[in-house]
Amino acid sequence: MSLTLDDVRRIARLARLDVSAAELDTTRDQLNGILAFIEQLQSVDTAGIEPMAHAVDVVQRLRPDAVAEADRRDAFQAVAPETEGGLYLVPKVIE
Amino acid sequence: MSQWEVVIGLETHAQLRTQSKIFSGAATAFGAEPNRQACAVDIALPGVLPVLNREAVVCAIKLGLAVNASIAPRSVFARKNYFYPDLPKGYQISQFEIPVVSGGSLTIRVGETEKTVRLTRAHLEEDAGKSLHEDFHGKTGIDLNRAGTPLLEIVTEPDMRSSLEAVAYAKALHSLVTWIGICDGNMQEGSFRCDANVSVRRPGAPLGTRREIKNLNSFRFLQQAIDFEIQWQINEIEEGRAIQQATVLFDPDTGETRAMRSKEDAHDYRYFPDPDLLPLEITPAWIEEVKRGLPELPQAMQARFVSDYGLSGYDAATLTATRDMAKYFEDCIVAAGRENAKTCANWVMGELAARMNRDSMEIAAVPLAPTLLAGIVRRIADGTLSNKLAREVFEALWAGEGKDADAVIEARGLKQISDSGAIEALIDEVLAANPKSVEEFRAGKEKAFNALVGQVMKATRGKANPQQVNDRLRQKLAGG
Repeated sequence: MSLTLDDVRRIARLARLDVSAAELDTTRDQLNGILAFIEQLQSVDTAGIEPMAHAVDVVQRLRPDAVAEADRRDAFQAVAPETEGGLYLVPKVIE
Repeated sequence: MSQWEVVIGLETHAQLRTQSKIFSGAATAFGAEPNRQACAVDIALPGVLPVLNREAVVCAIKLGLAVNASIAPRSVFARKNYFYPDLPKGYQISQFEIPVVSGGSLTIRVGETEKTVRLTRAHLEEDAGKSLHEDFHGKTGIDLNRAGTPLLEIVTEPDMRSSLEAVAYAKALHSLVTWIGICDGNMQEGSFRCDANVSVRRPGAPLGTRREIKNLNSFRFLQQAIDFEIQWQINEIEEGRAIQQATVLFDPDTGETRAMRSKEDAHDYRYFPDPDLLPLEITPAWIEEVKRGLPELPQAMQARFVSDYGLSGYDAATLTATRDMAKYFEDCIVAAGRENAKTCANWVMGELAARMNRDSMEIAAVPLAPTLLAGIVRRIADGTLSNKLAREVFEALWAGEGKDADAVIEARGLKQISDSGAIEALIDEVLAANPKSVEEFRAGKEKAFNALVGQVMKATRGKANPQQVNDRLRQKLAGG
């Protein structure tokens, strides 16, 4: 499998990355290089092997249901670009 | 001749009743000041890591057990990637390929007809924050208190065939999640909200293209939105236009659904397993432990009400609409005696439900304890109270007058007159005073008999036992 320039543009848009026209060819070639590695991995016979969702074969540790966080809004909002009435302000979102 | 079949599937987001969030220790309480309950994990500061809340998993197991689903021994959390300011990480942690709950079903009832709705799955995920689009100098305000609140998304197969069935399912699910205590069911606060997938087809044809109505937070809106959508789709097709798959919003003011303007990439979420979270393991022992903590489920209780108390399936379903209602009813029976179960049921579904309805009251707020209602039922059973007098006692006790039924009966002199001597005397008086009616009755006019009964009842101010008056009067008129 190999990606076209259109694929690269689409992936960049989905990831909100600004890939300039000059970088498009290089990006495509690098991504195709990665895909080639993956193709190599996929040639290994994994029949009968349970797929893993994580590289480490351990299970999730769970937390008791208790409120453990204090209100630190003032500290967080001190470093936010803009706030008002306790809200974080962002450029207008239009549905 | 244009017959259409409607196909509906529902996705419901139930907010889980935990103290803290699904992946952080911030509080989940509703109504806090903006961002006071949004910790570093919830606002996605760099370097933070999610840690799964055990109780959220317990809630998912409970639901799985209650709908006879299979509970995955291992399930996986995945990232659902999209950009929106109320989702600070740029992805929602959800479950994709391996959800915690798969399969199962829920029995619904439309009128006297029962139907089984199959469930596809239920998965754990986090809620997003809230965007406020009011004017902040042309900006949008973001409140992340809700970000990270635990949700269980419960998805059905496309098994419903009308808006009524969809509402019946939503109500049954709402009743179940509140019954097992995993969700507070508060729809105004968004604790229970539905997305409806709707399509139409000719019977027997393959499934039509569906449109998804988002975020319906009342049963009435659910029904209105689906009904409008069905009609809209049928009109489109009959006028020769094809349905395009779309996400639509329901506008309660106009009663219409309309497509959201969506970008072409909107549904490309690029799910992948979240490397920050390990697989969730649920052992058989844990499932057993949760099972022991489950209350008797509505279906089992309904069956018991039918077999133990001789109630109809409909009555049993009505009385198990909520756990509080069922408990009230059973507390009433304990105090009134099992032989009076049917009378208890009639009063709970009749007078009590009507009163609650009138005052828009939940059963927990009812001022009349079940033992007090049982006191009324006992006095009906032993003939002390007619139904009419019983209603008067009910009113008085509801208003807080008197400590129990007997006290009200005593204070107001409401005892039904069952003393046959007293009734006899009254009947004689009435017969003597109404010779015309007696004559008419003897001439075959049944109406005249009713008039005489009415006179006797009036003379006792409604306190005579009507059956007894009837019987004695008939005997007297027959010359007895």
